[in-house]
Amino acid sequence: MKPVGLLAIVVAVYPSSRLVAQDTSAVDRGVRIGILYRPGVRPGIVILTGRAPALDSVRTIMARDIDYSDRFELITLPGSDSIRLAAPSPALGPRPAAGTGTGKTSGGAASAGGLNYPLYQALGADFAVAVTPAGADSVVVTVHDVAGGAVRREVRSRLPPLTDPGFRMAVHRLSDRVVEATLGAPGIAATRVLFVMDGKAYVIDQDGADRRLVSSTDHAAMSPAWAGDGRRFSYMEFWQGHGRLFVQDVASGKRAPVATTGQALDFTPAFSPDGKTLAFSRAIEEGTDIYTVNIKDGCCLQRLTVGRFYDNLSPTYSPDGQRIAFVSTRAGLPQIYVMAADGTDQQLFAPFDYGATGSSNAPEWSPDGQAVAFHRDVAGTLQVFVLDVRTRAVRQLTSVGRNEDPTWAPDSRHMAFVSDRSGYRQLWIIDLETGRIRPLLQQSGARLPAWSPRLPETAPSTP
Amino acid sequence: MKRLPLLLLSGLAVAAVAACPGKKPETPAPVSAGPDADSLARAQKAHDDSMKAAQDEADRRAREDAERRQKTADSLAGIGRTTDAVKTILGTMIHFDYDKAIIRGGDAAVLDQKVAILQANPPLRIRISGHCDERGSDEYNLALGNRRATAAKQYLVSHGIDASRVETVSYGEERPIDPGHNEEAWAKNRRDEVDILAGGDALKQP
Repeated sequence: MKPVGLLAIVVAVYPSSRLVAQDTSAVDRGVRIGILYRPGVRPGIVILTGRAPALDSVRTIMARDIDYSDRFELITLPGSDSIRLAAPSPALGPRPAAGTGTGKTSGGAASAGGLNYPLYQALGADFAVAVTPAGADSVVVTVHDVAGGAVRREVRSRLPPLTDPGFRMAVHRLSDRVVEATLGAPGIAATRVLFVMDGKAYVIDQDGADRRLVSSTDHAAMSPAWAGDGRRFSYMEFWQGHGRLFVQDVASGKRAPVATTGQALDFTPAFSPDGKTLAFSRAIEEGTDIYTVNIKDGCCLQRLTVGRFYDNLSPTYSPDGQRIAFVSTRAGLPQIYVMAADGTDQQLFAPFDYGATGSSNAPEWSPDGQAVAFHRDVAGTLQVFVLDVRTRAVRQLTSVGRNEDPTWAPDSRHMAFVSDRSGYRQLWIIDLETGRIRPLLQQSGARLPAWSPRLPETAPSTP
Repeated sequence: MKRLPLLLLSGLAVAAVAACPGKKPETPAPVSAGPDADSLARAQKAHDDSMKAAQDEADRRAREDAERRQKTADSLAGIGRTTDAVKTILGTMIHFDYDKAIIRGGDAAVLDQKVAILQANPPLRIRISGHCDERGSDEYNLALGNRRATAAKQYLVSHGIDASRVETVSYGEERPIDPGHNEEAWAKNRRDEVDILAGGDALKQP
């Protein structure tokens, strides 16, 4: 039996703790006791406060990452002092539950390992995360299974100093470790979004922090796109009216022009999943068509479409590299088509009503291969749609304002897009599972987002 | 080498005019004897007639063309004889309907002026840039702007300008001249611009 009396006190002390959680939570805003994974209810998670203020920024970033994963109810605690009144600080040293058999004790303010499991359980937490320093340059992240009353996992990781440019990404990686330890799912915290603003290409962390300029400042840039390994990206720049494609290395910042381009208007680059081929649109006097070039050897320009009296553009590879979805005006207005990666077997992909359906553009194949996102003209404005690849059913995702240029997160459930729903055009992120929408960047004028894959580690994080 | 396609083109044009049966005058059936000689004469006459009709048609078109040129030249003469004035005319933009790349009827005269200027200034080379309004998709607009630039170039080339003198580019919706978000601004932004690439230091009046 649960110590009901204690629970009542706890609830009285923290009456509004669940209300702090986001307002999109499914049903249960009250205190939950001991029941995990009820359908439609996301597990509660709490980031424990600690005694090392140096790690406060780590906890803040991590809490936001976990909130933005949209997989948990993030439980926000009052200040650390008040929590210590009820429970010993987790910073005192949580103990791994390695076969001690003391993982579950019945009742008592202080349970095993110094963490008051019943307390956090009463607050609705299924998981609790503690971040503690470990030496000068490392941290230990302890993931507690609150219901199980034991430590689920301990992750020891090197952490660069706060001022290091790699600091935030290192924390994002820790957040993803927490998601993995709790739900067994890979997270999307260690990802970035490329976008264009005022003719320049920028990259920003998925939580909206750490914006950096990545293109040159003397030529207008467009259409950034990531390589599948997250180590390179490509974009187009206007050079005297021509569109030149560049492939840029993330780590070094060095870029190289794509061979065989430069004298035409080349745009909308897209890497093949193996990273060896770049597909792109090329506009010449005959019209716009899709080409591929071998970027590994800098050779072998191939033309995949021959439009002549209509245009073909905006290629996007399926994750297996076998197919390319693209835009074609062969039926008059631009619509979404698909072909084999060698240009054969071209056919309509997203069905439309001739004469009724508006222009469809900007397709992007989801990382899990099951969907293609694009935008379509609906009553004079643009809305984001998703095509189910298997059934070819088309679903409208947005309806408020103008929404365009969707790009998938690597979990295939989040999507960044451009919207003017707030009065001006800015970048937003939607979670398709919960429908939750948040701004990625508050500034106006940002467009053409491209969400990265999970980014590879540039430096070893295990001490 | 560069002239070859043009020669071929003009050859084709003559052939097309000659072959055109539309304006052939009806030959009255003559009543006479000697069927062989008669039919021969008829055939000869029909042939002569059609040749004459074709010639007339070609002459008429040339005359109309010349008249229009003259009109254009006259209007240009009225504006002034300086290089700047010619540049102004050369730089006159043409505009398009939403999501269209078809030269409007009224803009043909604007392009005729450019034909005249290019013909009067053989060293002149130009670049036509196609532009769009902000309503369409950003990337699709690059393709649409390309169609708009190409449409103007095709007009110039079909009126005798060597294709190598005209370059085309597209800026999509990237360079609006009116930053507004209304129909008036959009109409202005759906346009072709003309820039001088070479030979524009001293421009002659057509």
